This record gives sequence, structure tokens and C-alpha cells, in this order.
Amino acid sequence: MAITTTRENLTQQDAFIHRHIGPSPDEIQQMLKTLGLSSLEELVETTVPTSILLDEELDLPEPSPEHLALDRLRSYADQNQVFKSYIGMGYYNTHVPNVILRNVLENPGWYTAYTPYQAEIAQGRLESLLNFQQVIMDMTGMEMANASLLDEATAAAEAMALAKRASKHASNTFFIADDVHPQTYDVVVTRAKYFGFKIITGPVDEFPSEEIFGALIQYPGSSGRVTDVEPFIAKAHEQKALVAVATDLLSLAMLKPPGEMDADIVIGSAQRFGVPMGFGGPHAAFFATRDAYKRSAPGRIIGVSKDQNGKTALRMAMQTREQHIRRDKATSNICTAQALLANMAAFYAVYHGPDGIRTIARRVHQMASTFASGVRAIGLSVEHDHFFDTVVVDVEDANSIHKRASEAGVNFRKLDEKRIGVSVDETTTSCDIQQLLSIIAGKDTGSTFDTAGHDSEVAIPEALLRETEYLQHPVFNSHHSETDMLRYMKHLENRDFSLTHGMIPLGSCTMKLNATAEMIPVTWPEFANLHPFAPADQVAGYHAMIRELEKWLVEITGYDAISMQPNSGAQGEYAGLLAIRRYHESIGEGSRSICLIPSSAHGTNPASASMAGLKVVVVATDDDGNIDMADLKAKADEHGKNISSLMITYPSTHGVFEETVREACEIVHSHGGQVYMDGANLNALVGVSAPGLIGSDVSHLNLHKTFCIPHGGGGPGMGPIGVKSHLAPFLSNHVVSPIDGMGTGDNGAVSAAPFGSAAILPISWAYIYMMGGSGLKKATQVAILNANYIANRLQGKYEVLYKGRNDRVAHECIIDIRPIKSATEITEEDIAKRLMDFGFHAPTMSWPVPGTIMIEPTESESKSELDRFCDALLKIREEIDVIASGQLTNEESALHFAPHTMEDIVNAEWDRKYSREEAVFPSAATRRSKFWPAVNRIDNVYGDRNFVCSCPPMSAYEDE
Amino acid sequence: MNPNDLRYAETHEWVHIGDDNVATVGLTAHAIEALTDLVYMDLPTAGTAVSSGSAFGEVESVKATSDLYSPVDGEVVDVNTALPDNLDTLNTDPYGDGWIIKVKISDEGSLEKLMDHAAYEKMCSEEG
Repeated sequence: MAITTTRENLTQQDAFIHRHIGPSPDEIQQMLKTLGLSSLEELVETTVPTSILLDEELDLPEPSPEHLALDRLRSYADQNQVFKSYIGMGYYNTHVPNVILRNVLENPGWYTAYTPYQAEIAQGRLESLLNFQQVIMDMTGMEMANASLLDEATAAAEAMALAKRASKHASNTFFIADDVHPQTYDVVVTRAKYFGFKIITGPVDEFPSEEIFGALIQYPGSSGRVTDVEPFIAKAHEQKALVAVATDLLSLAMLKPPGEMDADIVIGSAQRFGVPMGFGGPHAAFFATRDAYKRSAPGRIIGVSKDQNGKTALRMAMQTREQHIRRDKATSNICTAQALLANMAAFYAVYHGPDGIRTIARRVHQMASTFASGVRAIGLSVEHDHFFDTVVVDVEDANSIHKRASEAGVNFRKLDEKRIGVSVDETTTSCDIQQLLSIIAGKDTGSTFDTAGHDSEVAIPEALLRETEYLQHPVFNSHHSETDMLRYMKHLENRDFSLTHGMIPLGSCTMKLNATAEMIPVTWPEFANLHPFAPADQVAGYHAMIRELEKWLVEITGYDAISMQPNSGAQGEYAGLLAIRRYHESIGEGSRSICLIPSSAHGTNPASASMAGLKVVVVATDDDGNIDMADLKAKADEHGKNISSLMITYPSTHGVFEETVREACEIVHSHGGQVYMDGANLNALVGVSAPGLIGSDVSHLNLHKTFCIPHGGGGPGMGPIGVKSHLAPFLSNHVVSPIDGMGTGDNGAVSAAPFGSAAILPISWAYIYMMGGSGLKKATQVAILNANYIANRLQGKYEVLYKGRNDRVAHECIIDIRPIKSATEITEEDIAKRLMDFGFHAPTMSWPVPGTIMIEPTESESKSELDRFCDALLKIREEIDVIASGQLTNEESALHFAPHTMEDIVNAEWDRKYSREEAVFPSAATRRSKFWPAVNRIDNVYGDRNFVCSCPPMSAYEDE
Repeated sequence: MNPNDLRYAETHEWVHIGDDNVATVGLTAHAIEALTDLVYMDLPTAGTAVSSGSAFGEVESVKATSDLYSPVDGEVVDVNTALPDNLDTLNTDPYGDGWIIKVKISDEGSLEKLMDHAAYEKMCSEEG
């Protein structure tokens, strides 16, 4: 046999493509054959409307193997300079405990899990998120907390919205204290505009004379100043206004918490609890409030309930507050949160415990205090006598100090010509303090003063010292050795189903591979340890990498410009609608206020429109699930010059390539409206078509779906937006760290950091670079192939609700369970829970159509995994048929009792009408490898009627 | 109260017109069943002005949320404050202890749109 060698198999340029795409070339051929097709090209040509097909290949780099991609990213990382940051402003250096770094942040068992909607197989991260809520409640002194928001600035904006809703105050004026972080101020002002709120500002010591519905103050202030905010809060309450306090979690280990000062809402960032700064994110913001306002609180909240057998079980509580149910009346548009980072912060508290946290806080304060003494010793003054970790120094010539600092590899906060800000943190040492003083003095200050701490005094007023305990729950007092910590984290991880176990076929959520090579750079110090407001010359590598990624996304989407700022898809929707509003205002059409949204849209669409001050007009869908074009025309004619925008998803949320999408765009354009195309399903378009080509003006791109950022068990996300050139001047800029090329004028920020959660951008960069144009196109083709293969295999046993041309689905398919329900009373929930017994995470349930399940396999699942999944659904169908034939009642069936736990089958009594074997080993695959649900089916009603969002006493778990 | 004697709004509230032109308002058994397990109820305070067809409160189940619409114009004079903590009452006695608010009617014209029991039953059966 002759061995032939080609250049291709010598370089293995496309090696990664075959790692990312699940089915092998042979399997792809088999699957195509099943569908009566001969090639992937034929599949696309007969599925996607001809009018929107790209006629050229994407102009992107050639595919690249993993090691070369990492080399190139390494060269970008090397262009970043990690200076020691004393900038503060909500971002601090922290020692990420290595046991958490490796076993959570770098562990696919944690980062590839989905949002814990299927609570029975998510008890681990639900427990950790409950710990997070307990940390926040303890530190802030508040009655309840949510399970994280996107960043501190958006949390502040959410606080403003809650203040208005909960106070029911007639005033439309909101006060922001002048000592709030500038990036927070900017985001809140942006948000206020389309809520129709007036913003006033002033010092926290002078209560405003104008009547207000609420206020945002910061404690300690952005300048580091610690002052008693209780009088301000009391005055606000006299006029029935609510007060939100932005705070620093670590400072509250020493300071009297806002909850004890009668604050109504407390927000902030949990970043310094062991999460790297990451040039802006991701990290978890927190939101705490009074129990009385819980139903107005934004974001996901974990609550305690019980399972079918009365065992304590956790799940997401009060979901009716959220956009997926309440749509334009939702408390917020937030969907993705920051679960992975909230978990890291919670573990940081578990690891250190109350004594450890107190020690860290005291050390930080002592360093700040020592620094302040030193400043005085060299003849300068500090601006505030009372502070926690941040000191403002009055100097003669700030610029020369910044220059010296820069030469020494140090960043101070730049305030003005005569003042510099210095924030210390848990990584600061005595030597660092010596260095800082030498830099400021302009000469070696030597040991002219004592940095060992003897000179330092507590710079917090007696009345503001914390007296109450925190973190008293056993979970924060039990796992302090690394062995115990490791086992606790592994114990929780083992209760959670992630992509390490099997397919998570969630429609619309795109649970594709998050490749290891893509994840590795995230924790490189040159990406992880940069402050978001570090000077531009120190972050040149980030800028170059981001610019390149933007260029590629422009090519992929057919747009002209990208904004990396939004931290989630919903945030992107909001940013995109803002760009549309600003554009219309700029051409004198600011009165356009109608947003047309099909009834099948994601709940975030109407919620975002509502936040952008738009009135939602719902467009009907026809019997085939497509936009009802007659209704769209009628509503477009009716609202004419008042139309701001149309929000559509493509392929549609029904998983179909609608033939009329171009026409829909044209109708809205003919009335002067803009088209917002929700990018949730962009993974079915990449390389095949493009939003810009189809005719839309702006889209968000869920980098955590299409471009491989992991879901993290409920966040992080990234939702950059692409826009056509006419909208580019209206993208969000940043007040602290202006972005190159962004327009001027009214373009306030939507996120705290200029590039959102920049630290996870290398993931999407690596994905695109390794796949190249050809690989990305193939991923799209195989995603469509996999979905159609599933639809085909289920044919005859289940009904696929919506299909497009040639009876094809797009990249996902909706299975109608309603006929089964009316015949047997078996519901989509029963099927979802029974799938757990087979070792699968359920597909998306009852969305976008109630009584259905929506399956999205992605390109990363192999044929054998698809077959295993289809076999499970077909076996479940047989179980349903047994009920339909009357041999077994619904209440006697395994479906009714699913999911089954190990406890179920070891119970001595087994009086079920099916065997133990059928219960837990319903397939051969489960015998080889079994994932055990931690609890039985959870009682959601009980939990929502008896709301508890804090850690239950240990006795609640004792039955286990 | 006997459902046959009540009047009904399209939005599934029932109304009983009592003495002094005070209307007792509740939610029909049909609506309560459709909402499934209720977990929360938000009610107005006495003295609140309500108008026919506009929302005065909210009920929530685990999966859905629904506004409560006033079937009449007037002012709330009494609220069943025990109800939010005893939501099962809505299931066990929707036309009695499950009443929600009492409204002093200001405009009797607002009653004209209401259905009688037969018409309401017909509407529900048509809705499926």
C-alpha cells in the first residue's frame, strides 16, 4: 500500500474543526442519506431561502490548529502589561484561591452547566448560589438577595427601577450622590432617560430640596470617604422615597452594614471575593432588598422548597417576575446572570469563613491607614479622615506622580491635576506601601515611618464600626482546609448535570462545545489581572485582539460596526434599541415610539423595548408559526410614522427559516422604522447568510451561544451588537475610558466596563480563529443537519410542530406534546423529568409554545449521542402508549414519578407498577454510566408560597 | 353566593351587586382552574379608585401571572386582606369567602357590559 502525503495532512490546518463538530465525515454522510440528501450544500440550499443565501465564502483566516491559535493569543497577551493596580473604582486585585480557580473557574463541570431550570439535576450550583445569597444578605444586613446581576452599574440602574415601582411615588426625580463611581452614574443616567426620570445630583450630606422617589448613594464613597448615611436615608423615608446604597462587600466586614441603617436596596460587585478583574469582567453584581419588595426584585432568585417526598430541595423562585413570563411588564429584561462568578464569590466566603474575611478586611484597612499615615509623614494631606481602603491624596503635581508610577509599573486613579486616588486590596503588602510613598514623594522615603502597622489607626468612626456577626451558617465554618474545600466543591459539582455528562439539547440556548483551548487563555494573568480603566498603552494586546474579533464579526454578520459593551443578549437588545432611538432623534424623528414584536419573540424583546421607552405592539403569527405578514402590514400602516422598530428573530423562535423575512424588513423600512434582528439563532446563519444581508439594521450576538462562551450554569454571557453604519455613531461609549472610534454626543454606557466582560472574549476569538471561515460554515451546516436528523428520527412518534420549505426545520425543532397530554394527561414536564432517568437534560420546555418541547442538538453532538437521545424519546413514547392503551394509569407510570433517585430504589417497599430497573436503568447506556438526580420532582408551588432565599439550617439536610 | 345570580366580565371576574350599590368582585372558578396553583396575590387598598376594564391587582401562579380587572367603575371600600395568605380559599370557595374586593359603584353604566351566567358559560366553552 502506498502512503500518500499531502500538504494538508502534514499541517493539519483543519484539525480543530473535527474536534468541534460532533459527527464524523462518515456519520454526516449516513445522516444526509437518511434525509435523502447527498451533501451539506444541498441541505442548506433546500432549507434556507434562496434569496438570503450568501454567494461568497466568509473572508476569514484559514482554520488553525489549537496550538497555533494559543501562540497567537499568547502574542496578544504579551502586549498587555500587568501593572499593580491601585485604581479601585469597584475593581480590586484579589487572590483567587487556587483550589477554586482550578476546580470551578477552570472546570467544565461548573462552566458547561446550563441555567438551573431543571432543578432536580442542578442542586449543586443551586446550593452554591443560595450560599451567594446568604453571603450578600449577611454582609449587607438585608432581608433578601438575588443570585447575581451583570455588573454594579446595571445593578444600580435596576435599583432605580425598583425604587420607582415599589415606592409608587408621584415624583419622577431620582437623586444620585456625587460620590458614586462615575461609570455607575453614567449607566444610571442612560437608563433614566427612557424611563422618563429626571436625575439630580449633589453631596450626600445635603438632602435635596426637590421631591424624589428614590436615591442612589455610595458607602464607602467612590473617593473612599466613609460617612454616616443614616440621616440621608431617614430624610428620604420621611418623604416616602427609597434609598439604594452601592457598597463594597469587603468593607462591610468592618463597617456597619447599610441594612442596619435602614437602606431599602443594597447593590455592588462581588468581584473582590476571589474573582479576577478581567479588564472589566465577568463578575457577579449583587442586589439585596427588603422582603416586602421581593416580587419587584430583578433577576433570578434561588429559593428553598421540597421535593415529592418532602425532602429539602432548591430551585429558582418566583419566576413570574421574569421577562420570559411577564414580557413587557417584567421587573427587568435581565435573563443571563453571572452564576459562575457568583459561585466563585460564594466559595471564597466558604473557604475563608467569617474569621478569614474579617482578617482580610482588617489587613486591607490597616494597609490603607498605614499609607495615609505615611502620606502625612511626607508632608502631604489626605482628603478624608475616614475611609476603608481608598485614600485620596492632595498633591502638587499629579501628572509627575502618575509618570513616576508608570515607570514603576503602578497605576493610581487619575482624579485631577492636584489629587490622586489610591485603593489598596488583599494583595497589598508593606513593601508595596513603601513603594507607593516613594513614588508620591519622588524619592526613597526609606523607613522614615513604620509600615508594620504600629502607626496606623482605625480610620473608621466608632459609630460606623460593625458590631453584628456575619457568615454564621455552618457552611461558612466547615470547609477551611483545602481537603474539605475540594470535597465540598466536588460534592456540589457531582449533583449537577453539565456537558461533561451528556447532551443538553436546549432549544434556543445552543449548548455547543466550549473547547478547552478556548478556555485556557481566560485565566492567563495578562488577560485576567487587568483593571478595566488601565491606561490604553498597557492594554494594547486586548485592544488588538478585540479589534480583530470585531473585524471578524463584521464579516460574519454583514454589519459595519460592533460594540463589545453589552454583557448579555438582553443588554445587547437594550443597547441596540438605544442606538435606534438616538438615531431617530438625530434626524428629528424622536417621537417614533412603537416597537412591533411578533408574539413568538423571546420575552427579553418586549422587556427591553419597554425599558427603552417603547410601546410594544404585538404582531400575530400564522398557523405555520411564521410572522403573519398581513397583520404586520396592517400594523405597520396603522402606526406609520410612529414606528421605531421591528424586533424579529431569525431563524424564527419556532426554529424555521421564514421565507418572508426580507419582505418584513422592507415593510418596516418603508415606514422609516428600523429592524432589530435578535441574534439568538445566529448559529444557524453563520457562513450561510447574514443579518446585514437579510436587511436588518442591528443585532446582538450571543457570544455564549453561537461563539462558544460557556453558559457557566447561568452566566456569564456576552451580547455585543452589530450595526449598520448609520447606527454606528450611536453605540455606547464609556465615560471613564473612552472607546476609540465611538461617536460623541448622547451615547451613555449600558455597562460598567467599556468592553463588557472582556476576559471571556478570547474564547470567541479562539473559536473563530481555529474554525476559520470554512469551519464556521460547516458548523452551521451540521447544526441544521443534526436538528433535521432528530426531527426525522422522531417522525411518526412525535409531531414536529413547525416546518419550513421541504418540510425542513432550521437548527432546532419543536415537538408538540399537547396531543399526548389530551390523550393521557402526560405533560411536557413529565417527559422532561423522565429524560433525566435516561441521563439527559431536558430540552427547552413550553417555550415559545406552551405544551411543547424544543430540541436544539448543536453541531457538537455526534450521531451516536443523537441516536441515544432519540432512542430515549422513542422509549418514552412507548411508555406513553402503554398509558394511552389503558394498561397503566398516568399516576401509576414511571413518567409520573420521574425523576427517580437512588433512594427511591433502595427503599425496602416498592409498590410501583413498573420495576426498579425500568425506573433507573431504562436504557443500556444508563447501565454503563448513570447520572443520578439528587432529589425527586420539586414542588414549585410550596416554595413560592413559603418563600425562603437563605441557607436552610443543616437539620434540613439531615434526612439525607 | 350562587353563580347563577352573578354577573360576569369577559376577563373572568364575577360581580354581585349588593345593597347601597356596593359590588362584590371575585374571580370565577373557571379562571382559577386555568391559572393552576396560585402562589401570590397583589391587592389594592381601600379608597383606591377603579374603573371598568382597568387592572386593580394581580394574581400569580408558579407559571403565569394575570391582572385582575375591575368589572365596574367606583371606589374600593373593602378588601379581602386575608386572601393573599390563604389562596386555597379561591379554590375551595371562589364565590363566597374567596371574594376579592368590594366597590362602591360610581357609574351604573359600567354594569351594562357584564354578562349573565349563561352568557359567561357560553364564552368559556367557546374559549375551550
